[in-house]
Amino acid sequence: MKAFLILEDGTVFTGKSIGSAREVISEVVFNTSMTGYLEVLTDPSYAGQAVVMTYPLIGNYGICYEDMESGRPWPDAYIVRELSRIPSNFRSEETIQNFLLKYDIPGISGVDTRALTKILREKGTMNGMVTTNENYDLEEILPKLKEYTTGKVVEKVSCKEKYVLEGDGPKVALLDLGAKRNIARSLNQRGCEVTVYPALTPAQEIIDSRPDGIMLSNGPGDPKECASIIEEIKKLYATEIPIFAICLGHQLMALANGADTYKMKYGHRGGNHPVKDLNTGRVYISSQNHGYVVDTKNLDPAVAVPAFINVNDGTNEGLSYTGKNIFTVQFHPEACPGPLDSGYLFDRFIKMMEVNK
Amino acid sequence: MPKNPDIKKVLVIGSGPIVIGQAAEFDYAGTQACRSLKEEGIEVVLLNSNPATIMTDKDIADRVYIEPLTVEVVEQLILKEKPDSVLPTLGGQAGLNLAMELEERGFLKENNVRLIGTTSMTIKKAEDRLEFKNTMEKIGEPIAASRVVETVEDGVEFTNTIGYPVVLRPAYTLGGSGGGIAHNYEELVEILQNGLRLSRVGQVLVERCIAGWKEIEYEVMRDSAGNCITVCNMENIDPVGVHTGDSIVVAPSQTLGDKEYQMLRSSALNIITELGITGGCNVQYALHPESFEYCVIEVNPRVSRSSALASKATGYPIAKVAAKIALGYTLDEIKNAITGKTYASFEPMLDYCVVKIPRLPFDKFISAKRTLTTQMKATGEVMSICDNFEGALMKAIRSLEQHVDCLMSYDFTGLSDEQLQKQLEKVDDRRIWVIAEALRRGMDYDTIHEITKIDIWFIDKLAILIEMEKALQTQELTVDLLKEAKRIEFPDNVIARLTGKTENEIKQMRYENGITAAYKMVDTCAAEFEASTPYYYSVFGSENEAEASNDRKKVLVLGSGPIRIGQGIEFDFCSVHCTWAFSKEGYETIIVNNNPETVSTDFDIADKLYFEPLTPEDVENIVNLEKPDGAVVQFGGQTAIKLTESLMKMGVPILGTSAENVDAAEDRELFDEILEKCGIPRPAGHTVFTAEEAKKAANELGYPVLVRPSYVLGGQGMRIAINDEDIDEFIGIINRIAQEHPILVDKYLMGKEIEVDAVCDGTDIVIPGIMEHIERAGIHSGDSISVYPARSISQKVKDTIEDYTKKLAQSLHVIGMINIQFIACGDEVYVIEVNPRSSRTVPYISKVTGIPIVPLATKVILGQKIKDLGYTPGLQPEADYFAIKMPVFSFEKIRGADISLGPEMKSTGECLGIAKTFNEALYKAFLGAGINLPKYHNMIMTVRDEDKEEAAEIGKRFEALGYNIYATKGTARTLMDADVQVRMTRKVEQESPNILDLILGHKIDLVIDIPSQGVEHAKDGFVIRRNAIETGVNVLTAIDTAKALVTSLENTSIKKLELIDIAQV
Repeated sequence: MKAFLILEDGTVFTGKSIGSAREVISEVVFNTSMTGYLEVLTDPSYAGQAVVMTYPLIGNYGICYEDMESGRPWPDAYIVRELSRIPSNFRSEETIQNFLLKYDIPGISGVDTRALTKILREKGTMNGMVTTNENYDLEEILPKLKEYTTGKVVEKVSCKEKYVLEGDGPKVALLDLGAKRNIARSLNQRGCEVTVYPALTPAQEIIDSRPDGIMLSNGPGDPKECASIIEEIKKLYATEIPIFAICLGHQLMALANGADTYKMKYGHRGGNHPVKDLNTGRVYISSQNHGYVVDTKNLDPAVAVPAFINVNDGTNEGLSYTGKNIFTVQFHPEACPGPLDSGYLFDRFIKMMEVNK
Repeated sequence: MPKNPDIKKVLVIGSGPIVIGQAAEFDYAGTQACRSLKEEGIEVVLLNSNPATIMTDKDIADRVYIEPLTVEVVEQLILKEKPDSVLPTLGGQAGLNLAMELEERGFLKENNVRLIGTTSMTIKKAEDRLEFKNTMEKIGEPIAASRVVETVEDGVEFTNTIGYPVVLRPAYTLGGSGGGIAHNYEELVEILQNGLRLSRVGQVLVERCIAGWKEIEYEVMRDSAGNCITVCNMENIDPVGVHTGDSIVVAPSQTLGDKEYQMLRSSALNIITELGITGGCNVQYALHPESFEYCVIEVNPRVSRSSALASKATGYPIAKVAAKIALGYTLDEIKNAITGKTYASFEPMLDYCVVKIPRLPFDKFISAKRTLTTQMKATGEVMSICDNFEGALMKAIRSLEQHVDCLMSYDFTGLSDEQLQKQLEKVDDRRIWVIAEALRRGMDYDTIHEITKIDIWFIDKLAILIEMEKALQTQELTVDLLKEAKRIEFPDNVIARLTGKTENEIKQMRYENGITAAYKMVDTCAAEFEASTPYYYSVFGSENEAEASNDRKKVLVLGSGPIRIGQGIEFDFCSVHCTWAFSKEGYETIIVNNNPETVSTDFDIADKLYFEPLTPEDVENIVNLEKPDGAVVQFGGQTAIKLTESLMKMGVPILGTSAENVDAAEDRELFDEILEKCGIPRPAGHTVFTAEEAKKAANELGYPVLVRPSYVLGGQGMRIAINDEDIDEFIGIINRIAQEHPILVDKYLMGKEIEVDAVCDGTDIVIPGIMEHIERAGIHSGDSISVYPARSISQKVKDTIEDYTKKLAQSLHVIGMINIQFIACGDEVYVIEVNPRSSRTVPYISKVTGIPIVPLATKVILGQKIKDLGYTPGLQPEADYFAIKMPVFSFEKIRGADISLGPEMKSTGECLGIAKTFNEALYKAFLGAGINLPKYHNMIMTVRDEDKEEAAEIGKRFEALGYNIYATKGTARTLMDADVQVRMTRKVEQESPNILDLILGHKIDLVIDIPSQGVEHAKDGFVIRRNAIETGVNVLTAIDTAKALVTSLENTSIKKLELIDIAQV
């Protein structure tokens, strides 16, 4: 079956339908990772977005459920150059074709993904529709595309009830804003007892549980849509509990402290972004997935100072909060997919908790 | 960290002659590094014995020494030039080993010279087997259970504890020389003995066999601040057991999930960090196909063949960045030259698939075993890029220029199912074709995987290609089917063959339906950032992003494809210089080539680079887009010459010598007419098509005769026949190599072989110099020792040569380069071969004479006149130096190859000896070629009856040098008759101890074995030569070479070599 990707600017790509034949409208973003398609598919930060893979050969090693970063795939649609017709890996349990079908994710293959990526790079992230309807009417569709926003997606992707990963080490409260599983796993593997809280949990509940540290996770959407969560984060900030935040968590903590965020032209999504630790001068290759970034222009150094920057475009990649046991990063030290180089930040967080005890 | 201000003058050590395992990639790396250093204002002193390289050009380095790569020479050079630093990581294993020796001797410290780019500690940790093992254990990186042994007994004992099979790797050898897999006691002992001897330190690693695991490589970079990145990872389609240089390799890895990918990536970063490497490094892994278990196989603490491949596969210039790191820069301070926006501290993301296929020399060594092992055998490689794996594989196959264009090119249909299964078990260069046949017969993936251990993902891709073959054969050729066939890169001629249509019909159908090639850019970042570097590859079914610009005149430069015996790095030298020369003349330059090891495929050599196969169809696609004003074919060897006719048909003007004149030089009858018109004699000969005709011709001419196919390079298929049986055998061999052209039978003349390269503008010629060969006619010019200026021919002969060259160039209307080979018998001069193109000797003669031949020829091609360019036409005055080009062979790498020299070329590379006197030049040339005598003062001689006199003289001279000469009966008698002391030894077929035991006893320095002409009838000689080579003994098979060697040895007075800066010549 044919499928079409229709972009907000009127560009149409024709390909083959994969997964569900459902019609969707979403925000189209591209990811440059060469491996880790399952981790990308199951990263809750992609909720409300259609993901284009720039690497042309997808599905080669099949699906291994163990590698899922959350309970299900989140993108509204999946756009690829070519799906492997067979998977080959000793752990593979399923083909990617069946996986997409199982979760009713519509997709399109056979797209000139490089041409598509160039459009997104030049014109910026835009909305699009994936449809199998050959008689689509652009005049009718384009206004609908323009209207689309990802909206409030955090609540949709967060866990509904809190749960605990047992451990003998420091007790960490993880606020699930759309957390990838490997954040909790990274802490848990280092011995932490991790309690995962739904995104809308009141700050007081977390504070009352007397955790040794608080972890704010990654998550989808525009950080400014999270007004009520930001209010709760302000309360967490006011305590003396060490806090470590990733991605959306990092943005929300910044917003809670008077900084601004803005939408980037086409974001950072992939596993090759160099970030520089401004304290040591060291550069790490990081895993990234964000469309918004913290504007440090109006940030009061008395509140926080930049700790990491992106070597390519100089955007902020991390903050260190002055006089507080709080540090936050825009990139993903939990990797999955991507390089494990910045995993040491979890160790730093644990050390911070231990010192603070 | 900014540049270290103390580094002002750097000595860069090159890798020496091209041998298997150490090829053009180091010229690419070295050239890139030198340019990178000069960009930083560093004075560069370059040492490399290989004159065919671009790095030894005076525009690349400030001071250039083409001298033997020995510790003594480097020391002397350091004393002379006083560099403050030495950069040894760009010269392959040869450069690294030299640096280690200098450091161990304390010479560097004594002279306040620092090693940059690495430390001796790093080299030791990575290269010394025991240190490496300890280092890996320290950081918890698994390696296969192993032990370093220094004796055979220890090796056997250890193997008994871990069980067979075991892998054996000698320490400090390149390309895995002397290594192998032993399945039983006998094999173990044999390989161990050999390996212990070849290792510089007498150590061999005995290791648990992990054959069949996935072989994965990572290219890693690290700077002095400790920042690390991986440039690329690569997956070998051939599992562990085949040297990565001989494997089909794909980048990035295809069958690894993110967990495996990151696990190995992290390991590679741990390793480079622990080794403290500042620069580039290659880490090879064996990954268990059914678990996360892995082993580190090897670490190369330097740029390598794999790093050249990774650079071309990703666009990340590893050598350039490594040079900057050596100067003190950190990765985040070095700009990514491709995007101009990002920095070197990022990891390239590919949005395409890269396939590399090795170019193996089995077409040259018909008797050699095709089996692929941990010992590398490939002389070169091709790379291709596409947005799907099938397409990349198809493009790589047709880039090989080995008469293969699809998976049907080797025919295994004649095998029974059982035989096919047996064939599948053989690990050789035709394995994917065997798998293809198995798939056609419906063998299931699991069975094929079980036998070959090749991942089923790759098997499925081969199956997709087979299904397309079948679809084209059985279905109607619809537009959709054609689109799909082109998407996976079936060439038009193959589609035509399968559908029963003509190639032209297919092309027509494509054009009518808009099915044309589109070009995509290699930009290091999967289109995330805008890039301006015009490095392109073709795909079908996508949007084109290469834009033809039309502001300047445009020239298409056709490269020379993979490095092979007979067409080496020299042609890349010529292509690059021609490109630069066109650029200087204001042209837009476009290079088409498919060899990842070369300088010509660096993204900043031409204005545009198309990384594509060099077939008419692939070139036509580029021509359709770019519409060049002309194409040059005379610099890209036979690969480019072969495209002449097709280019004409496409309407592309051939710049320089016209197509019909190229043809006239190659067509026997046309050429004979020209010779006759000019009154130039050539050895009598006939053009024939069958064995009967050939025998008739030979008997008319009188034996011996030279038999060869027309349109060949490097004397492929050329033989000297001494009787009718030889002819029958040769014609059989020639016809096996898909012969479409007639066969030439010529009278064989024994005389001096002379060679000239000349530039002609249609009227006048410039001959930079006359070269003569040490070996008499009958040995391929590429395998002969070549001397410039010619010293043993009379002025009359020189005048005749000048006259003939001029007449020939004029009659053939040569505009640009011409190469002519002559035979001089007394004062008589005969022409034996004319090539209307650049040749193997051009780089060396340019450097020695100081005449920039390629730029000169390029200007002439563009219409300028020799007289206006400041040259006096004719033979140029002789230089003040003797320059001797010495062929270098890689026989020890090719099991079963016959090493005796003849009309078919066998050498893989060359080195130069340059000096004020002939003797010193000769001495340097032998030294550079690594002919290092003697340890034991023992030698063996076996000669033919006809060489007796000369053999006696040579024997005497060796005896005077203190050699004990061993010989079997016949030769012994000859020598004794001449009063040479000889020790008689028994022949091979006689009982032990015989001549073979002598060789295997490791007490012999040299074997002089002159085989009879014609086919190797005496198996004895073959066995002796092979065993000698495999035990590391020098073997000479030409009497003249032996004479030259003894002359060189007699010159013991040459204690101190005078080093010559050729940038000043």
